[in-house]
Amino acid sequence: MAQEMTIGEALVSALGEAMEQDRRVVLIGGGLVSSGPGQAQFARLRQKYSSRIKSPPIAELGFCGIAAGAAMAGLRPLVDIGTATFSYEAIPQIVNEAAIAYSNSGGQTNVPVTYFMRYGIRGGGGVQHSGSPQPWYWNTPGLQVAMPSSPADAKGLLRAALLRSQNPTIFFAHERLMDERGPVPDGAYEIPFGQAAVKHEGRDVTIIATGVQVPRSLAAAEGLAKEGISAEVVDPRTLEPLDKNTLLASVKKTGRVVVTDESHDNCSVAAGLAAIIADEAFASLRAPIKRVTIPHVPVPFAVSLEDYVTPTAERIAQAARALVR
Amino acid sequence: MLPQISREKQLGILRKMLMIRRAEEHVIRFNEDYEGLIRGHFHVYIGQEATGVSVCEALTPEDYVFSTHRNHGHVIAKGGDPGRVLAEIIGRETGYCRGRAGTFHVAAPDLGIIHTSAIVGGCLALAAGAAFASQVQESKAVTVVFFGDGAMEEGVFYEALNMAKLWQLPLIFLMENNYRRAGRSGTSHSAKELSNVPRALDVETTVVDGADVGAIYKTTSELARRTRAGEGPFFVEARTHPWPGNEGAHPKLVAGSTNIDWAWDAAAVPDAVRSWYAEGDPVLIFARELVKDGGVGRDEIQQLDAAVRKEADEAAHFALESPLPDPQDAVKFAYAGRES
Repeated sequence: MAQEMTIGEALVSALGEAMEQDRRVVLIGGGLVSSGPGQAQFARLRQKYSSRIKSPPIAELGFCGIAAGAAMAGLRPLVDIGTATFSYEAIPQIVNEAAIAYSNSGGQTNVPVTYFMRYGIRGGGGVQHSGSPQPWYWNTPGLQVAMPSSPADAKGLLRAALLRSQNPTIFFAHERLMDERGPVPDGAYEIPFGQAAVKHEGRDVTIIATGVQVPRSLAAAEGLAKEGISAEVVDPRTLEPLDKNTLLASVKKTGRVVVTDESHDNCSVAAGLAAIIADEAFASLRAPIKRVTIPHVPVPFAVSLEDYVTPTAERIAQAARALVR
Repeated sequence: MLPQISREKQLGILRKMLMIRRAEEHVIRFNEDYEGLIRGHFHVYIGQEATGVSVCEALTPEDYVFSTHRNHGHVIAKGGDPGRVLAEIIGRETGYCRGRAGTFHVAAPDLGIIHTSAIVGGCLALAAGAAFASQVQESKAVTVVFFGDGAMEEGVFYEALNMAKLWQLPLIFLMENNYRRAGRSGTSHSAKELSNVPRALDVETTVVDGADVGAIYKTTSELARRTRAGEGPFFVEARTHPWPGNEGAHPKLVAGSTNIDWAWDAAAVPDAVRSWYAEGDPVLIFARELVKDGGVGRDEIQQLDAAVRKEADEAAHFALESPLPDPQDAVKFAYAGRES
């Protein structure tokens, strides 16, 4: 059995279950949801766990550090940072404290904190509210990075982060996916980190997609099918740890790859994944690896400009088409 | 003044202060005498021993301490083994962090020092987080975060102080003013008195002489008690007397090793640094007080110092003889649960 819900509702549901199950789970920040029915659901949680849910001042540096310190001292905090660019205010505490403490202590101090943030081109966010910092965090040893693309994955991954993880986790959900509905299995379940999912099977070309690029790639695959091109869509779900085996198996099957992530192209998630494929599956490749990303420019505001830089389903389809022909 | 505790405990405080001094004299000699042993720069706690030791004397083993780039003294003050501290300082597998931390970041989770940051102000919010954890867990643990005057130039100081007060966290902000940055009045902080800053956020603040063992012990044991009772957070400014060997990134033994007899014979101190050793050195001040007001004989203090020196020598030997970590293990400890 499954219930239809949004990613926001799936996240609140995971948080509620985790708080019920483990007293160490606390929340610092907003309610994981900006609007919709998830709000009422969150209000109930806030009432039930008032001492374990804190609304902090506008002080990302401070409260991201507090969460990391609380994790060092035995809690399992979830931090709702809101817009991903707000996490830039907290980089010193996330990257230079939370991420390094376990290593610095020679394997003694665990920091099981989860930083949740909404990333990407939301529509009208302009240069400061359209950020996609997943490549930065993926570039930080010590951090885990999760990028669910569906409500079901969001719930299973968040439960895994809150209840099982021993390491700090950056947990991304794309702004435009927050209110998208999808089926979520009943009952308590977790999706272990480091397990990619083949979201759509195909033979001719592999599309490796993260977060919002997954539904876009599925739409692209549907269009390509009508043209006689069979595309396989693979979602890593977590970048660190990374399930290389599933990615490489698909590449070896199709011999053609499009990698797509909604972040800027330089040193991007797509570039990192492409490098791994070039390294480890070169002999299987029948064409160069193509990347579909955001060009190297701050995301502009005007509708025409924003649309131009967005890595849409059409751009993914174009890239795949060019490889197959 | 002398702390109102047993003579045995008073001598225990002097012993720890001396141990920090002797261990750090070894650190400086490591740098001076062994080419390449210390690749980078380092900082020492010399001149601030009274603060760390007196504060930690007022804490229990369950209490948390967060430290800075001047951590060596804090770790020994919280009960750290000098051999493992020195081993960590020179990156040995036997060190508190198996050589991963080095001089700047010595942490000792078993002693309640769960993380140490060498970024100025780096631990302020983390310490507030540990205090928040104690509050949620309904434990009686107190968290003390040590930092210098320079940290009050950082934004995170204000955020952590504000949240600690809003959430009434069981936390003591312990600012050791060594006058290296903001404490030099008017140079890098606009507040004329740094202690006015926490007062502006309604955080109860006490200023103490950082060389006065009795005053620091009295202040922090009372604040620790009140913090456990849920009255925190508190702010303490301990005004220390900056040691003249501390200029630059490679501290120097400007007067050689400290001679315990200087406590009662200032004329024997080298001219250039006589005023500091005669008037500002917390170790010598406390030794002198114990003789003058505590009924302790000079010979007893000399014997104590000799015993500490012997133990510190053995600690240095242990560190120097300890193996470097296996190069193959460089990629270990990035993530918990993935060591195999």
